Amino acid sequence: MQDLSLLFHGFAVVLSPFNIGLMLLGIVLGVIIGVLPGLGAANGIAILLPLTFTMPPTSAIIMLSCIYWGALFGGAIASILFNIPGEPWSVATTFDGYPLAQKGRAGEALTASFTSSFVGAFVAVVMITFLAPIIARFALQFGPPEYFAVYLLTFCSFVGMGKGSPAKILVSMMIGFALSTVGIDVVTGQLRLTFGFTSLMKGFDFLIAVIGLFGIGEILLSMEEGLAFHGTSAKINPKVVLETWKKLPRYWMTFVRSTIIGCWMGITPGGATPASFMSYGAAKKFSKDGDRFGTGVLEGVVAPETAAHAAGTSALLPMITLGIPGSPTAAVLLGGLLIWGLQPGPLLFAEKPDFVWGLIASMYLGNVVGLIVVLSLVPLFAGILRIPFSIIAPVIVVICGIGAYTVNNAMQDIWFMLGFGVIGYVFKKLNYPLAPLVLALVLGNNAENAFRQAMLMSQGSLSILWSNGLVGGITTLALIMLFWPLISKLIHAVRPARPDKLAEQQPVD
Amino acid sequence: MEAIVAAVIFLCGAVFLYQSYKLGFRWAIEGPQSGFFPFYVSLIICVASASVVFGALRGHMGSDEESFVERGQLKQVLAVLIPAAVYILGIQLIGIYVASAIYISLFMRLMGKYSWMKSVALGVIICVLFFFMFEVWFQVPLYKGYWDVTGWTGY
Repeated sequence: MQDLSLLFHGFAVVLSPFNIGLMLLGIVLGVIIGVLPGLGAANGIAILLPLTFTMPPTSAIIMLSCIYWGALFGGAIASILFNIPGEPWSVATTFDGYPLAQKGRAGEALTASFTSSFVGAFVAVVMITFLAPIIARFALQFGPPEYFAVYLLTFCSFVGMGKGSPAKILVSMMIGFALSTVGIDVVTGQLRLTFGFTSLMKGFDFLIAVIGLFGIGEILLSMEEGLAFHGTSAKINPKVVLETWKKLPRYWMTFVRSTIIGCWMGITPGGATPASFMSYGAAKKFSKDGDRFGTGVLEGVVAPETAAHAAGTSALLPMITLGIPGSPTAAVLLGGLLIWGLQPGPLLFAEKPDFVWGLIASMYLGNVVGLIVVLSLVPLFAGILRIPFSIIAPVIVVICGIGAYTVNNAMQDIWFMLGFGVIGYVFKKLNYPLAPLVLALVLGNNAENAFRQAMLMSQGSLSILWSNGLVGGITTLALIMLFWPLISKLIHAVRPARPDKLAEQQPVD
Repeated sequence: MEAIVAAVIFLCGAVFLYQSYKLGFRWAIEGPQSGFFPFYVSLIICVASASVVFGALRGHMGSDEESFVERGQLKQVLAVLIPAAVYILGIQLIGIYVASAIYISLFMRLMGKYSWMKSVALGVIICVLFFFMFEVWFQVPLYKGYWDVTGWTGY
């Protein structure tokens, strides 16, 4: 009950005119970011983060998280109307969304997608409201070994649940760790891996990496596709919205299933993209008219959108309770917390209740506001996609450059950004996942420190990772995840699996 | 391409490995030395990238030379990448605002085949907007370049 009163206090914090204004601004910016290919939630937030340094942290996190909600909504607009996913998690939405738009039912598809996004996010927020304080209280007992075990689990899950070659996931993750060690070693004060360059002393800022990898890399990828977008137009009027809402309750089973998949994939670092694909696949399998999936059925829009939004939202649960982000975007928000001088993790709940509950309250309000904004302004946002790419592309490059500069006011960061852009492009082409790299870069220092402290406690013996039931359980689970590709191969050797057609179209995220 | 990239990554891993070896990766009296963590990280990079190299050479990874990028696509990508590098050099010399205006105008003119009038006008308008947004409104000073050509504005 105490948590509920804290939540209401959070609403009181959020409901100031200044914060509401920021919320609206965030949502609108977020939708624009989500609609534009080449400008995703992670790098959009990374670019805007430096502008929030002077704001109070609560207002800043409200604006940035609203950009995230906006981007989650916005991805669907480009997928349904233009058949180009504005974000990786809306790839699955194109399967049924675009055929619906071609049939002239774009309004229905958009309404269904926004509404199911809203439902998915709402359930996830309710879950966060009730689970977060419990997890935070539980995590207060964690020491360095437990933290290292949780980090281990996070990273091993990438290998176990990721799509694509495990070796590539490992490579990408370890490059992130290696880059995070560049600079001054905080424990001994020694310079590491700077190769004598003083400019590397501060190390690589992960915001620069995010802007380069996702921003510049995406622009280069989009250039391959050419410069023109062709799309259908959309009209949404209240009548279409009401009629679609009447149809949606029929798919309650899809909603339930997709929300569960989404929440699960969000808390574990699976992320929104695999969640949307899993949920689409599950809906196709269990639905009565599963055969008609792909030709334009509403259910095929509902399933991936619900899951993507639920996953995107619940990715914030491990971030605020344990300080471990479930997605690259959550990682950028975590970086923001550190810059504002807030240490994410269980102590945050005790020390900064205003901030935590303000954030949770803003998730409720942000999604309500977001739903209203996208439903009423769809034509405007679709219009953005009609601006030719030869205008948008240079402007995005300029914005990325400004964003990279403002992080540390350092010119060299703009060069690093370009370097990361090339890496991002090559990695995307060769199916190396980028999310593990970013997460490793963000968490590298913390993971290393937790590991060293744990090792100091045990005088260098790895057995501390099995010293009690809790830490032992987490470590064992992590190892199972790490070797899951091998284990599943063994299982398949005994019992051959059916080939998964959907998997081929899923981007490695 | 697959094998080349993985080989480059392997080399980077090896350099890191050597560096952390020099830092000391063992156990000292006060605990693990600085190179301890990076040593094992770069060891995994080497092993994993080596496995990608071998996989690619045996043709198991499935993506071959032809499918990496087509000639026409590569041209498009380089047409963005090289001007972007020149643009960043421009930022270094004449500052973000002027370089951005020139970059946007030229990009529109050359890639989008817009008229000079339209291109230059839009490039300048966007940069003036940015100038007011950052310097005046948010009070975040951006890089003015080696030759401070916007110095006369007083910001």
